[in-house]
Amino acid sequence: MAQIQPHERVTAAIRNAANSHGIALIPFVTAGYPERSAFIPTLRALAEVADVIEVGVPFSDPMADGVTIQRASRAAIASGVSLRWILAELQKAGELPAPVVLMSYLNPLLALGGERLADAARAAHVGGFIVPDLPLEEAGDLGMHLDARGLGLVQLVTPATPEARVRRLCAASRGFVYAVTSRGVTGGARALPADVPAYLDRVRALSPLPVCAGFGVRSAEQVRALGGHADGVIVGSALVEELEARRDPVAFLEALRSRRH
Amino acid sequence: MDSQQAAALLQRLLQGEFPDARGRFGPFGGRYAPETLMPALERLEAGVRSCLGDAQFAAELGRELRDWVGRPTPLTPVRHLGRSWGAEVYLKREDLAHTGAHKINNALGQALLARRLGAARVIAETGAGQHGVATAAACARVGLPCTVYMGAVDVKRQAPNVERMHQLGARVVPVESGDRTLRAAIDEAFRDWVADPEGAYYLLGSAVGPHPYPWLVRELQSVIGREARAQFIELTGGLPDIAVACVGGGSNAIGLFHPFLADAAVKLMGVEAGGRGSGLGEHSATIGRGKPGVLHGSYSLLLQDGDGQVQETHSVSAGLDYPGVGPEHALLQAIGRVDYVSATDDEALDALRECCAAEGILPALESSHALAGARRWAREHPGRRILVGLSGRGDKDMPTLSQAIPGAATPSHH
Repeated sequence: MAQIQPHERVTAAIRNAANSHGIALIPFVTAGYPERSAFIPTLRALAEVADVIEVGVPFSDPMADGVTIQRASRAAIASGVSLRWILAELQKAGELPAPVVLMSYLNPLLALGGERLADAARAAHVGGFIVPDLPLEEAGDLGMHLDARGLGLVQLVTPATPEARVRRLCAASRGFVYAVTSRGVTGGARALPADVPAYLDRVRALSPLPVCAGFGVRSAEQVRALGGHADGVIVGSALVEELEARRDPVAFLEALRSRRH
Repeated sequence: MDSQQAAALLQRLLQGEFPDARGRFGPFGGRYAPETLMPALERLEAGVRSCLGDAQFAAELGRELRDWVGRPTPLTPVRHLGRSWGAEVYLKREDLAHTGAHKINNALGQALLARRLGAARVIAETGAGQHGVATAAACARVGLPCTVYMGAVDVKRQAPNVERMHQLGARVVPVESGDRTLRAAIDEAFRDWVADPEGAYYLLGSAVGPHPYPWLVRELQSVIGREARAQFIELTGGLPDIAVACVGGGSNAIGLFHPFLADAAVKLMGVEAGGRGSGLGEHSATIGRGKPGVLHGSYSLLLQDGDGQVQETHSVSAGLDYPGVGPEHALLQAIGRVDYVSATDDEALDALRECCAAEGILPALESSHALAGARRWAREHPGRRILVGLSGRGDKDMPTLSQAIPGAATPSHH
């Protein structure tokens, strides 16, 4: 029997979670932050609760991120975290119970090179990539290399994206569709804007893939409010703040899911 | 790239094919922007297309450039410098444009565009502060509120410009993130725009960024080269042997060079900041020492390490202290149409002193790099005609100069 592709494993994990408990939880962590030595143990612990894990590759100029992830990225780079190191650690760790996707700005990926990246990521059990500064129009080269190795390139949509473009992005995406729920950089919003559920419903109606909502999600109330409108929820800055404060990210994630049955 | 490919790319460039429909200058350029900004960039591109071809817009811009900016700026023969260098030297005096640098050409054009596109407010980044001052002034003139992001390091070393921006009604936000210079200011301006892509107009100050900025900025700055070319012919009856400009992001250089690209006999030379050494972090010589990569929305040359992390830079001049460069310069270097060299902090300071003493002109530290590069070339090629883009005046550099040049802060008595 043919094995499913890594990007299909991501899709399946989100669908299964959405079916069994309403919404998939996708924590984001900056790789190797706050300690390099805690990278794999943190992922293993999170994988017990999470459905998919998004691992941030630190970059010197994270122009779509707010202050929390900027700080974490800078600290991680200073401690020697690099894309090569992340891929090597993930490969050593073997396949985790929850599939891993990497979030990276384009330049570190270009520095490694599309083909080498795709080979190394496949060997490291990575399911796909989210690249916030790579719009569909520029995605050709990298997309081709990832596609050849069964890896997904997750496309992002925003509330301002015109419908025809949402269709194109959803059709081109692999793994899932990342729906940005608030304007602005990561970590901003405290409450979900009132028009978010309708926006997510609109994207979902156009998407053959599960739709996951991200940017600014930090409370169980928000997670509950997204249920029925999104297949998954990405928890980024709020979780990195927990790591920054040396609190247990697993407990935080569990609390987000608590009180929902 | 072989010479045949280079010749073909130059031909396409001369025929006006770059940027192409994808915003490319050959292999460089493009639009690497967050999805949130894509609709705004498409609106901007449509706006640029309609304005640049519109006679009414051109007439309004032309009037404002004449009546408010004070264009055309003079072309000044500088005989003492010429004698010292063994050349015939002419300075294109962007230091005499309103607010003291070439930055106003772009700021005014884009502020008029922002108003036409219905923007509620303008955001900008600034390094040396010249673009911030120009944007603050242009926004006041066209009646738009203005926020300027400026690295905290630059706020300190360019204090006079910060005060000017305040007086012109702009809000100045010191940026404490990243390297706290121009690059961090651009990151922060993009973040503001990502949060408000419909209300805000991002008035980018150099020939960098996602398409259509490198094209828009080139078109608005080409007035420098067009004027200089006509003035040079009028004054000397011919063209210069070489035109020299400093290159940070590259807006004054692309503006000076572009109208000369088709003049095969005119050599073009860009001078980057050699800083205080050749190690990573000691200079800002992106074209000389960088590798291709993506920063701030376009594929161009970039100072980066083997992992693709952008490197910190150094230059005595804040305006050149930037790890990237405009994509059209990357193309011009690849096809060999422009030579890019560098001048160190010390060479630039020395050229500044010489220009002050010999000609009574205080050039900006950025422009002093062009003077230093031109002087070196003049001594290797005696008896030639040299056009130097004097991109701005040095008043803003007084805090740096009082430290770097002993005695500069003390009045002398005759």
